[in-house]
Amino acid sequence: MTTTAQYNFAYLDEQTKRMIRRAILKAIAIPGYQVPFSSREMPMPYGWGTGGVQVTASIIGPDDVLKVIDQGADDTTNAVSIRAFFAKVAQVQTTTRTAEATIIQTRHRIPERALQAGQILVYQVPIPEPLRFLEPRETETRKMHALEEYGLMHVKLYEDIARHGRIATTYAYPVKVEGRYVMDPSPTPKFDNPKMHMSEALQLFGAGREHRIYAVPPHTEVVSLDFEDHPFEIQHFEQPCALCGAEQVYLDEVILDDAGGHMFVCSDTDNCEERRNAGFVGSLGVQEAAE
Amino acid sequence: MDTILEGGFSSPVLNSQTAFRAVMDALANPGTVQKLVAPLSTHRRLGPELVSILLTLSDHDTPIWLDDTLRSDPAVTEFIAFHTGAPVVAEPGRAMFAFASAAAALPRLDQFNLGTQEYPDRSTTIVLAVEALTGGEQLVVRGPGIKDHGHINLVGLPEDFFAQWSANRELFPRGIDLLLVADGAVMGLPRTTRISEGH
Repeated sequence: MTTTAQYNFAYLDEQTKRMIRRAILKAIAIPGYQVPFSSREMPMPYGWGTGGVQVTASIIGPDDVLKVIDQGADDTTNAVSIRAFFAKVAQVQTTTRTAEATIIQTRHRIPERALQAGQILVYQVPIPEPLRFLEPRETETRKMHALEEYGLMHVKLYEDIARHGRIATTYAYPVKVEGRYVMDPSPTPKFDNPKMHMSEALQLFGAGREHRIYAVPPHTEVVSLDFEDHPFEIQHFEQPCALCGAEQVYLDEVILDDAGGHMFVCSDTDNCEERRNAGFVGSLGVQEAAE
Repeated sequence: MDTILEGGFSSPVLNSQTAFRAVMDALANPGTVQKLVAPLSTHRRLGPELVSILLTLSDHDTPIWLDDTLRSDPAVTEFIAFHTGAPVVAEPGRAMFAFASAAAALPRLDQFNLGTQEYPDRSTTIVLAVEALTGGEQLVVRGPGIKDHGHINLVGLPEDFFAQWSANRELFPRGIDLLLVADGAVMGLPRTTRISEGH
């Protein structure tokens, strides 16, 4: 096996990997609890997924197949550069196909295709503490988690209802893991929250700037917080994907011109591509093919 | 002296990655048996499975506890000092990892570091060599990582393991996590796993 000059396999040194691996094991043993770890400088700025990259670097092996998505897309800057990074420092095979990947590093989406046992989903997390905007002091939020004191979060959701008539939180929607810890699912749209519940895949979360790692093992209860009279609901889209006609998937709005033209397309580019290859065509998909 | 310097993994970087994934899969899927990577040499009571996990997870940052048999064997302590640099501690309550060569040598689980309510991650991970991971009395496991329920059939658990484990489970989120090893494989029992008798 060839290795890139001057770098260890998967970039990180072995002592750092061991430290991160120990944090990952404790995170799995305490689902939803944020394990502090000594985050390292990475060859990319904070906010570009340094937490996710460190988790991936610590778990990845030469036999893994890596997929990286940024807002559901395989072809955006963040996804392309992280994929290229691991292809270079770990010589791993990369893919855009959800089904073929063993490790999927994601920024703010969960693939539409249901994940399988043995797959690992690594989230890049900007702010791991769900209570942070309600209580800025770490000493206090730590105590709140220790005492399972989550009343403040319910007050926040209640205030949403008082102000907007419904729970207005649409992303980073707080969840309770295995009936104990309130956890930030990272800024995924709440559309993806139900996919976390009883997932076949292991879910790992890395927050580089905030020095936290947390996890949700497979087959673990993940419940979105709500009220009896205001149950949790996911977003619904009035029209299917304009390219592949998919329904029940998360859509992005794309501006087409400066005259108000727009379309809604799949956020998950791999899912959209697979559907189009299989012959599914949306309202604007035909037009595109005819051009 | 030679036996101390020898050993370790044949490919330290890749073997410890493979061994880590086995341990991670074991804790993420409690009750399943995951194959470990065998190290180049072993040291009598410190069998290949214990060595494999020791090399993968411990270093100068991790105080480790050893049972009496292991601690009284200079070959073992010198091997650990040379290959990992991990400080060996006498009090189980100070250990980040505990290695036990047999269930009889293991103190009660609550003697180890159980973590605190604020920092439950600071608890001890116990690595225990059992006689076999299969073939024993059947117990039912439930909890995170287990679809509906699973079965374990361990041979060589501590005497009143059942009661000790229930007490450990009651402490959640505090509590120790257990890695059971035998026959070149590992099984994980994180503190979240509930064990009951039956089928």
